[in-house]
Amino acid sequence: MAKGFNAKEYMEGATKNFKAKDFLINNGIIVVLVFIALFTGIRQPTFFSSGNLVNVIMNVAPRFIVACGVSGCLITKGTDLSAGRMVGLSACIAGTLLQKADYSGKFWPNLPNFGAWWILVVLLICIAVCMVFGFINGLVVSYLQVPAFIATLGMQLIVYGVCLVYTDATPIGGYRSDYTEVAKQLRFGGSKVGIPYLFLIALVVGIIIWFVYNQMTHGKYMYAIGGNEQAAEVSGVNTKKTKIIIYVTAAALYALGGFLFGAKSGGTSVNMGQGYELEAIAACTIGGVSVNGGIGRVSGVLIGVLVFELLKTCMQYLGVNTNYQYIVQGIVLVTAIALDIRKYIAKK
Amino acid sequence: MAEQYRLEMTGISKSFPGVKALDGVNLKVRPGTVHALMGENGAGKSTLMKCLFGIYKRDAGAVYIDGVPVEIANPDDALKKGLAMVHQELQPIPARTIAENMYLGRYPMKNFGPLRVVDHKVMNAESEKWLKDVKMDFDPKAKLGTLSIGQMQSVEIAKAVSQNAKLVILDEPTSSLTENEVEALFRIVRELRGRGVSMIYISHKMAEIRKIADDITIMRDGQYVGSWEVKDISDDEIVRQMVGRPLTNVYPPKDDVRTDEVVLRVTDLCSIHPRSFRHCSFELRRGEILGFGGLVGAQRTELMEAVFGMRHVQSGSVEMLGRPAIIRRPQDAIGRSVGMITEDRRGTGIIGCLSVLDNTAIASYKNYAEMGKIDYRKVNTVVDESIRKLSIKTPSGKTLIQSLSGGNQQKVIIARWLANNPDILIMDEPTRGIDVGAKYEIYQIMIELVKQGKSIIMISSEMPELIGMSNRIIVMCNGRITGEVEGEGATQEAIMAYATQFELKGA
Repeated sequence: MAKGFNAKEYMEGATKNFKAKDFLINNGIIVVLVFIALFTGIRQPTFFSSGNLVNVIMNVAPRFIVACGVSGCLITKGTDLSAGRMVGLSACIAGTLLQKADYSGKFWPNLPNFGAWWILVVLLICIAVCMVFGFINGLVVSYLQVPAFIATLGMQLIVYGVCLVYTDATPIGGYRSDYTEVAKQLRFGGSKVGIPYLFLIALVVGIIIWFVYNQMTHGKYMYAIGGNEQAAEVSGVNTKKTKIIIYVTAAALYALGGFLFGAKSGGTSVNMGQGYELEAIAACTIGGVSVNGGIGRVSGVLIGVLVFELLKTCMQYLGVNTNYQYIVQGIVLVTAIALDIRKYIAKK
Repeated sequence: MAEQYRLEMTGISKSFPGVKALDGVNLKVRPGTVHALMGENGAGKSTLMKCLFGIYKRDAGAVYIDGVPVEIANPDDALKKGLAMVHQELQPIPARTIAENMYLGRYPMKNFGPLRVVDHKVMNAESEKWLKDVKMDFDPKAKLGTLSIGQMQSVEIAKAVSQNAKLVILDEPTSSLTENEVEALFRIVRELRGRGVSMIYISHKMAEIRKIADDITIMRDGQYVGSWEVKDISDDEIVRQMVGRPLTNVYPPKDDVRTDEVVLRVTDLCSIHPRSFRHCSFELRRGEILGFGGLVGAQRTELMEAVFGMRHVQSGSVEMLGRPAIIRRPQDAIGRSVGMITEDRRGTGIIGCLSVLDNTAIASYKNYAEMGKIDYRKVNTVVDESIRKLSIKTPSGKTLIQSLSGGNQQKVIIARWLANNPDILIMDEPTRGIDVGAKYEIYQIMIELVKQGKSIIMISSEMPELIGMSNRIIVMCNGRITGEVEGEGATQEAIMAYATQFELKGA
C-alpha cells in the first residue's frame, strides 16, 4: 500500500477513499455475492431455509476438501489440473467396490458382501491409488521440472484414460446403503434437520490442513517455496521433497472428495469430477490464494468455495438457465484473478 | 588542438538518492579511433553510458556529436544520431534468424495485395551485405542461436554498422569470448576504425587495451581521472590511476583471532562450465575473515556457490571441519555447519511475502520442531533475541520483510544463519546497497562472530572494505585464483594487479 516516498502524507489526506478502494479490490467479489445472496433471499424466501442451508453445506464440503488439495499446489506457484479427474477416478473405484450385493449390474459380480469395515478399506484404496498419481505429479514437477500446468494437464488425461479403461465407461449405481449413509445427516432425537456428516468430515480436514499450513515445518516450507523458491533452497529447504508431499497430499484429498461425491450422488460415471479442478482453482483464488505463490489461507479457501457455491445456488433460485451459469462462473473467475493480480501490482 | 571530436561529453554529473554516481566526467572520442574507458567496479562507466543513451537523465553537463550539441532522449534516439551499443550481455532472440535479429523492429516491408508484409528477400540480401561488410560470411537465414557468443557479437556490430552508427560502444566485449573469437572481433574493430567509425571500448583487460585502443579515459568513484593516449601511459600507471583513492571508510577495530585449525579446505575445484572457476584451492582457518577480491566476472560468487552446493562442479574436493564433504545441494552444506548470505538479496535471500519471523527461522525451523510440529515459543524467543542482538529495526516479527530497509533485510538474513549456529559463514557482498550505518553494524557483527570462533569468507568488490575487514585476501581473475595478499601487502594496487592478471588471449 505504501507507494513511493510521500505515501504517508498521501495516505493521511485520502485515508478513507483509499481504504474503501483497497477493501473493494481485496473483497470485491465477496461483496457483490453478498448482495446477490440478499437479493435472492428477498425474491425467494426459501433461499434462507434450513433445507437450502444443508444443501449448500453438502455441496461446499467435498469441494472444499478438493480445493484444500489444490491450494497447496497454488501456494507453491504450481497448479493441479488433474484434480477433477482424480475425483472422478476415486468416485468410480469406490462405486465399483461398494455396490449392493443384490444389485443386478454389479461391476464385480463375485465381490463378497463385506461388513461395514469394507467402506473404510475402499476409502483407503481410493486414497492410495490417487496418491500414486499425485506422487508422479510431484516427481514430474520437482525432478523433471516440467511446469505444473503441463505436468498435471498430462496427468488429467492419463487419469481420465485410466478411469475409462477401468470402468469401460459404464455408469455405476446401486450403492450399498451404508456407503450412501455417509452423505446423510447426524440427527439428534427427532429433529428434522441434522448436521451433515460431510460437514463434519470437511471440518476435520480443514482443521488438519490449517494445522499443517500454520504449525508444521512442511507448511512453512510450502509458503517459503511459493515466496521465493531459490531463497528457500539456499536456506536448506528440501524443495523437491516438499513439493512431492504437496502433490501427494493433494491427491489424497481429491480421493476423499471423490469418495464423498460418490456417496452424495448415489451413483457415478467417468464424467464425475469433470471441471472440478477449475472450480477449485477459481475458489482458491477468490479466497485470496495468490496465483503468484506464497500467499493463501485455509479460511480463504473456505470462503472461496462458499462464494462459488452460493453463486450457483443463487442462480438456481433466481431461475437462471443452467447454460448461462457457466458464463457467469467464467466471468467471476476471470474477475477474481484480475483483482488478485491488481493486489500484487499494488504491492510493488 | 582544434580537433573536431566525434563525441564530446563534458562535465557530466548524475546523482541517485544518497550517492553521487557521476561528478563532472569528461569523455572525448576522436573520429576513427578506439577509446578505452577504464575504471574499477562501480567507477561509473555504465552510468556514464546510460546517461549518453538517455536511459538515465543527466543532472548536468553537455553532449556534442561532431561538435553539435545534442539531447538524446532514449536508446532509439541515440541510434538515429549515430550511436550504437553492443551490450555486455547480448539480448538477441536465438530462435529467429540472423537477418530477423538484425532488422528487428525495422523490417523492410513490401505490398502483398492489400497487406503490408515483411520483405524477407530484401532483408536477407541486406543482412548478407552488411555481414560481408564486416568480413563475416554467415547465412543470414541461419538461426542466431546456432552461432557462438562471439559470432552473435559480430552480428550485433554488423547491425550497428547497418544503422549507420558513427560511434559504437563495446561494453566488455571479450568477457565471454575464446581466443580466436577475440582475434576475429579485433579484426572487425580495426576494419571499422579504418572506415572512420569511432568506438568506446569498456574493458578491464590491460593487454587488450594495449592492442586495440588509441586513447584511454580513466574513471574512479564517479570522478573523471584523466585521459591519455595509450602509448603515453604505462600499465602500472593505469592501475594506480584506477585505484588511487585514500582509504576513507572506517572499520571497527579487530583483533587477529585466527587459529591453526583449518575449517574449510577447497582443493582444485573446477566448475562444469569451462569459462567459470577452475583449479581453485584455498583454506579457511577458524576465526579468520578471508576476503575474496576481484573484478566483476572473476567467478568469485560462482566458486562460493559451488562450495555451498548451489552450483555443480566438474572436479576437485572440499573438506569441511576436517572431513571430506560431498556437497550436492545447499542442505548438504548446511548440514556441515555452513551458512551462505548470497549476493542477490532479492533473488536468493529474502522471501518477500513472508514475515521477518518466518524469514529468520526458515533455515532453522526444523531445529524447533518435533514430528514436524513447530514449537513457536522457542522460535519466538530465538527470533526476538536476534532482532535485539542485531538491532534489526522492525515494528515486530510479524512485519513483512519486504517493508524493511535493505540493511535490515540483510541483518535478517544474517540472523537466519546465526539461528543455525554455523561454523563457516560465506558472505557474498554483505554490504551491497546498504547505508553506512548499517554497514558498520554488519562489520561489528562479523568481528563478533570470529571472536566466537566462527570463520567467515567475504566476497567484496569494494576494495577498502576488503582490506579493512579481511585477515587475508585471495584475489581471483577470470575464474582462477591469481594471488593472495595479507597484512602490509594488502594494498589496493596489489589487489588490482592480481585482479587484472588475465591470461593473454589472442596475443
